Amino acid sequence: MNMINLLLFPIIIPFFFAMILMFFKEQVVVQRVLTLIGLALSLVASFWLIATVKTEGIQTVTLGSWPAPFGITMVSDMFSALLVTTTIIITIFVVIYSFSSIGVERERFFYYPAILFMITGINGAFTTGDIFNMFVFFEVLLIASYLLIVLGGEKRQLRESIKYILVNVISSAIFVIAVAYLYSIIGTLNMADISVKIAEINQPGIISVIAILFLIVFGIKGAIFPLYFWLPNSYAAPPIPILALFGALLTKVGVYAITRTYTLFFVHDIGFTHQFLMVLALLTIIAGCIGALAYFDLKQIIIYNIIIAVGVILFGVAQMNTSGLEGAVYYLLHDMLIKGALFVLIGIIIYATGTSNLREMGGLIKTHATLGWTYLIAAFGLAGIPPLSGFIGKVLITKGAFEADHVIGSIIILASSLVVLLSVIRIFIYAFWGPQKNELPVRDQRTYRQMMFPAIMLVLITVAYGVGAEWLMPYMTDAANVLADPSIYINAVLKE
Amino acid sequence: MKTNDVILQTTAKVVFFIIFLFSIHIFFAGHYAPGGGFVGGLLTTGAIVLLLLAFDLRTIQQILPFNFTIMTAIGLLLALGTAAGSIFFNVPFFTHAFSDFDLPLFGHTSLHTAMLFDSGVYLVVVGSAITIIQSIGGDD
Repeated sequence: MNMINLLLFPIIIPFFFAMILMFFKEQVVVQRVLTLIGLALSLVASFWLIATVKTEGIQTVTLGSWPAPFGITMVSDMFSALLVTTTIIITIFVVIYSFSSIGVERERFFYYPAILFMITGINGAFTTGDIFNMFVFFEVLLIASYLLIVLGGEKRQLRESIKYILVNVISSAIFVIAVAYLYSIIGTLNMADISVKIAEINQPGIISVIAILFLIVFGIKGAIFPLYFWLPNSYAAPPIPILALFGALLTKVGVYAITRTYTLFFVHDIGFTHQFLMVLALLTIIAGCIGALAYFDLKQIIIYNIIIAVGVILFGVAQMNTSGLEGAVYYLLHDMLIKGALFVLIGIIIYATGTSNLREMGGLIKTHATLGWTYLIAAFGLAGIPPLSGFIGKVLITKGAFEADHVIGSIIILASSLVVLLSVIRIFIYAFWGPQKNELPVRDQRTYRQMMFPAIMLVLITVAYGVGAEWLMPYMTDAANVLADPSIYINAVLKE
Repeated sequence: MKTNDVILQTTAKVVFFIIFLFSIHIFFAGHYAPGGGFVGGLLTTGAIVLLLLAFDLRTIQQILPFNFTIMTAIGLLLALGTAAGSIFFNVPFFTHAFSDFDLPLFGHTSLHTAMLFDSGVYLVVVGSAITIIQSIGGDD
């Protein structure tokens, strides 16, 4: 059966369930069950989508039956299908983690609808093939994230949400301005059509200026140097499940948008635009490394690790060769999964010790052995110790960089792995080794086990993702091929 | 101090219906002419806000005893449901259908599924705008 609307299902299903949840504001149990059903259905749809894209190639649908460059086209290539699937997997486990940790007060105040609306926006941004429609989906996910960051109304949340909203409103304004500039020169909003038209005029200087504008817009959302300044404090304000969703998903939408625009639109002046992107990516890695080592706060250490990962992925994208792009795709998915797992794990550590300050922890391995070993596996996975998932991505990225003669950059990437390892092992040493510093607060064992389930599942998925890399590689290659050769994307959209 | 707002309250009672009927007119004028669910919804909201200014929040909740959050959700469902109808016919999402009918009383009428979508938008706009006004105005 050929379903032309299949690629929209991972967007529509969460949207539909978010509406249904609004009828059950007070019935928390109904909300939990419906959220899980909705996410499970979306997951089935997204796996079906991956299978379809694998066998039949890129899926496109132009809304309202308009012809392709004029209507809003939704495009699902392997890259976006994989991202959509990863997003839904992470959300399922973070939602399960929320059951025992977010608190019934937040659950009764549209917590689950907000998550589902945010997933609608994220999956939409990953799938859309229209640059203005991408802005719309950015707004959908941002408005849901405004609710999530302020939900609960603690003093710190209120303070940080003002900054968060201000930064994002400004970057959204620049986004519209950049799209308007592009439209005034190119005269189209369809992403495939933009790529064709830019190739026709051979990317004059003004288009490169717009490329930098787009980099600023998505760089603010995706937290690249020096535009990440707002991120560490804002992300630390909301509770852990929300932090896990933001950390694993939101910055990656910015990274995806940079990847898409820099492989589809602005590919004719690589010496300038991609060199610029590469230098910023390396500076991002260095700034993230400094932050990751500087803090004794669990949340801050992992938050700065987000920034390092953004740098690594974008460094891979800036190489513009198959190895670099394959590595970037592989590392992007790895980082989403592992960041979800790590945030959930530090959430459990904070729950068990009652503090997020490393100096006040110690000796947890005696009482929480499973937690300790699970965390250690996740930490090794993040740093990229073979055969765990961080390794393959970094190997491919550095291979791409050596092929493109960016030796110094590769060395910085490899050195950053050591810093990443040090920063996360420091958590292990301080929290799990040594004598117990303070009396542990009394916690319900059942709640603890309920929290451990999603954490262990996420870590197992990352392990499988690393060990099964050989089996997953054809999918990564498909994704990277579309990025490396824009004509595949263009032909799929403008085929008629 | 008790303010004297007899004139405002008396006019508001009449003007409310004028604005409301005009918003319905604008709503149905939409699609082929300027208008539609969004503008119609805003005009209706305007009419309700006029009542709110003339009377107070509690009176409004008594004469319009709806849960506006639920109204927003129903509107969203209506809009998405109309757009999703295309899934069952396996045509691209948002594809609409229309035809001309000879109806009794109305005569020759063009009926359009976009109207259903627009009524969803109408409900969403009224529901969310009133929810915002209620939660800001309900503080004091």
